[in-house]
Amino acid sequence: MMDHLRHLKDEDVLLLLNDLLEQYGYDFTDYSFASVKRRLQRVYIADRFPSFAEFRYKVKTDPGYLVHLMEQITVNVTEMFRDPGFFQELRKQVLPVLATYPLIRIWHAGCSSGEEAYSVAILLHELNLLHKSIIYATDINESVLETARKGIFPLQYMQQYSQNYQLSGGQQEFSRYYAANYEHAKFSDILREKIIFAAHNLVTDRSFNEFQLIICRNVLIYFNKDLQDKVLHLFSDSLEQLGFLALGAKETLRFTTVAPLFKPVAHKEKIWRKITS
Amino acid sequence: MRSLPTLLVIGGSAGSLDILMQLLPELQPDWPLAMIIVLHRKADSETLLSDLLATKTCLFVKEAEDKDMLLPGRIYVAPADYHLLIEPDGSLTLDASEKVHYSRPSIDVTFMSAAEVCGSRLYCLLLSGANMDGAEGLQMVHALDGFTAVQDPETAEAPFMPKYAIKTVTVNKVLNLREMIDFVKDLKNLPA
Repeated sequence: MMDHLRHLKDEDVLLLLNDLLEQYGYDFTDYSFASVKRRLQRVYIADRFPSFAEFRYKVKTDPGYLVHLMEQITVNVTEMFRDPGFFQELRKQVLPVLATYPLIRIWHAGCSSGEEAYSVAILLHELNLLHKSIIYATDINESVLETARKGIFPLQYMQQYSQNYQLSGGQQEFSRYYAANYEHAKFSDILREKIIFAAHNLVTDRSFNEFQLIICRNVLIYFNKDLQDKVLHLFSDSLEQLGFLALGAKETLRFTTVAPLFKPVAHKEKIWRKITS
Repeated sequence: MRSLPTLLVIGGSAGSLDILMQLLPELQPDWPLAMIIVLHRKADSETLLSDLLATKTCLFVKEAEDKDMLLPGRIYVAPADYHLLIEPDGSLTLDASEKVHYSRPSIDVTFMSAAEVCGSRLYCLLLSGANMDGAEGLQMVHALDGFTAVQDPETAEAPFMPKYAIKTVTVNKVLNLREMIDFVKDLKNLPA
């Protein structure tokens, strides 16, 4: 309990964020301050630094530690078919429209370890669209992308994922999509072949293609308002005319400067369609 | 601390909803604090807790949305399956990171975040529950000069959570239902 008496001060957090930017080019200065501070605080206590000065020294001098810190600052909590209603909406309202295109390009921004990208691939497969689809799944964090590329997830979660899958309208045996072995489930190559996992930093990197669907759920909440706006413009610029944008269940375009460019498709499930460029 | 309103955060788990339903109707429209309610419940709760609570009070109740500004006289309810944090400028941030004490929203997360931003202009009340959540947060609230109150475990449907807090951290007040109502009502008489 005494740990709280050694909590990071706001000035400490700002110093660290500045180090990360100056020295490594990672810009967290427009992230939600409360969220970044909490993440840093957790690492600071978990890794038992005796003082802030030693924490800062470690970050500045040990690139191996930086990798660990990056994983800890960014939130990598995700699951397959999270919010089944959302995937039902994709299945019913969005993918049938995309089916009319000769090539379907989807950007999954902030994909973390890839669970949602695989979920979308499963939907495409079931609608017989996967063969003409490419999912670009990106994240700032190279180490979670490594997990994502392997498509291997803990077997213990499959029961929950299977349940989510059924709730999202899935008709198959969920287990047909993976091979179980000891403690892991390895997802089918049919799905993996159509997903390109790549590093992309939403803060600093630019648009790299035009898409018919961009999915970015529970990522913008970690940004401040200015950065949210900037990233939404990046999405708008990366969408084809009439392309779809999907956000997290509690995220909204209301009160953002891109709001006039979109109209809601499914209000409750947070899907919008680009109506003007 | 700038223009941040004084804040009351109420955290609860099993057995807390009933307390809130009795407490909220007692507040008058001129009750001047901002209030945040963090209540454990199922991640996929279909019925909106905020709608339910709104039927019991004349104050404006809303489910917190990302970057909502804390305003006096309003009640913000942490949404199911998200933690709720407070930014230094008084806006709210949602967070979908790891559960804390098997809970999201976690009471600790909001208590701690509020303590950092509001300091002595923070009042926290921990209600009934069967979980360890809340105690660690109260400790931080206390360390940063906020006020800590806990429901009297004798009156709680699930006494573990308030009992655990009383046992492990510095609690300013232990209150039964009537006392909790008076405590919250009287916050309107704070010196400005």
